[in-house]
Amino acid sequence: MKGTAASKVVSMQQAIAEHVPSGSVVVLGAQLEQMIPFAAGHEIIRQGRRDLTLVGPISDILFDQMIGAGCVSRVMAAWVGNASAGMGYCFRRALEKRIPRAIETVDHTNLTLALALHAGAMGVPFMPTYTTLGSDLLKRNGNLREFSSPVNEERLVAVRALRPDVAILNVQRADAAGNVHLWGSLGVAIDGARASRKVIVVAEEIVAPEIITSDPNRTLIPGFLVAAVVREPGGAHPAPVQGYYGRDHAFFHEYHDQTRELDGFERWIKRWVMEIPSRESYLKRLGETRVESLRVREHAFSVPVDFGF
Amino acid sequence: MVAAAAREIQDGELVFVGMRLPMIAFGVAKRTHAPGATGLFESGVIRDTPAPELLYTMGDPSNLLHATFCGDMLSVMSLLQQGRVNVGFLGAAEVDRFGNLNTTWGNRNGQQIRLPGSGGACDIASLSQRTVVLLEHTCQRLVSRVGHMTSPGNGTGNGWRREQGLPRRSGPSAIITTMAVLRFGDDGEAYLASVHPGVTVEEVLSHTGWTLRVADELAITAEPQPEELAVIREIDPHHFWTKS
Repeated sequence: MKGTAASKVVSMQQAIAEHVPSGSVVVLGAQLEQMIPFAAGHEIIRQGRRDLTLVGPISDILFDQMIGAGCVSRVMAAWVGNASAGMGYCFRRALEKRIPRAIETVDHTNLTLALALHAGAMGVPFMPTYTTLGSDLLKRNGNLREFSSPVNEERLVAVRALRPDVAILNVQRADAAGNVHLWGSLGVAIDGARASRKVIVVAEEIVAPEIITSDPNRTLIPGFLVAAVVREPGGAHPAPVQGYYGRDHAFFHEYHDQTRELDGFERWIKRWVMEIPSRESYLKRLGETRVESLRVREHAFSVPVDFGF
Repeated sequence: MVAAAAREIQDGELVFVGMRLPMIAFGVAKRTHAPGATGLFESGVIRDTPAPELLYTMGDPSNLLHATFCGDMLSVMSLLQQGRVNVGFLGAAEVDRFGNLNTTWGNRNGQQIRLPGSGGACDIASLSQRTVVLLEHTCQRLVSRVGHMTSPGNGTGNGWRREQGLPRRSGPSAIITTMAVLRFGDDGEAYLASVHPGVTVEEVLSHTGWTLRVADELAITAEPQPEELAVIREIDPHHFWTKS
């Protein structure tokens, strides 16, 4: 492997131990229903982190699990639940009954959360928008402030910039220095990475730098923003990774059915997180048949582009 | 309900496609009367063709295969905020007489229950030219006043959206329920525009949480055409989203 940049490749355990202390503000699930960093979230739960602020547009059960495990004191999100099955029961228990603890919610919309991260990424204190005008979200979220436009008579909402401590992103491939090739659902991944003080990249594959530089338009996160690179095949399951594996719909629906009651959630988290030391053993528990059934059935490669001159 | 939703899409329009039933309505519209409609998904995806299989979420890999565009969230949300999106679809736990929506705090037997939240709903309701809401028709869902206004409709009535500073060309266009289609008068309040075949006006009124006005020329919602039903069954063969 050519290239002089120092390798940032570490184990998941090391990455979380070093870069995600209790009290951190963490971006997770930036690509909406795709490439959700479940393996990283589970390691955070196992390492017993507390008082985290979770940031993400929608979370599709990872936030629910971390809330249920008691890691979270605050959620800044547009939507918390189970995208194809409905509610997140741990989220509900925390807000309705303070189980396992009380949490604060800062309710955003997808656009206001994207703008908060965009402002952070741009290095400005806020971004203006029309969304939420007149709504109760505007009244109740202190990061949304109405103001009069300085260039005309319009009323606008200022969305306060967000500078999270760390963004954890699952991606298809990265080189050892953290330069990322990412495709499929992007959501707020690019701004989430740029706004955050640190980035942890969780890649299906670590590739040679030449592969990254062969298609620089696909490099969505430059390596110098990245603090750690973790190679973790299958790290997004049950969420999909375009070109690697599909979404395990049944797993989301089983979670929904099994976590309706608190004792059900406790059994679930023990079986799928606490008893499991690593993603490798998680995939073993899932079983070869199930893992196999999620693999790409028919490849659909794009046509290479020509960077020649 | 899905067929009626599909008919809200006109050929050539830009459509903000929400989760669940709207994903099927978009597929029906594309393959029947609106082949030139384009679908925008808040994850950053733009499609000229419906996805090749049933979507459980907009992030399913099949929704990205052969998409025409795949950028980040702001690349599609910016088009919404500019006012270019003709119609956006939404579901809700509650909708009120002025078309305001609640997906944040619900009420079940007097107890407050926390719902998932806005997602992109408030953005679509704030910024798309026409908003169409799909939901089950019950007194618990169609309420006089929402307990929490997650997504703005016409607020407290005519002129409210302009007073708040929302875009001039935006706002609720229809509420499509399991029983009827409601539209909005010049005063911003909903009225009964059509009842679905086999449903009586009395049934609709007794399942609505306020005294619903009825159009002078009340229509019967057109039956789903065999062509539309065939597409619905093809997209959702096991009735995952279309329960009946």
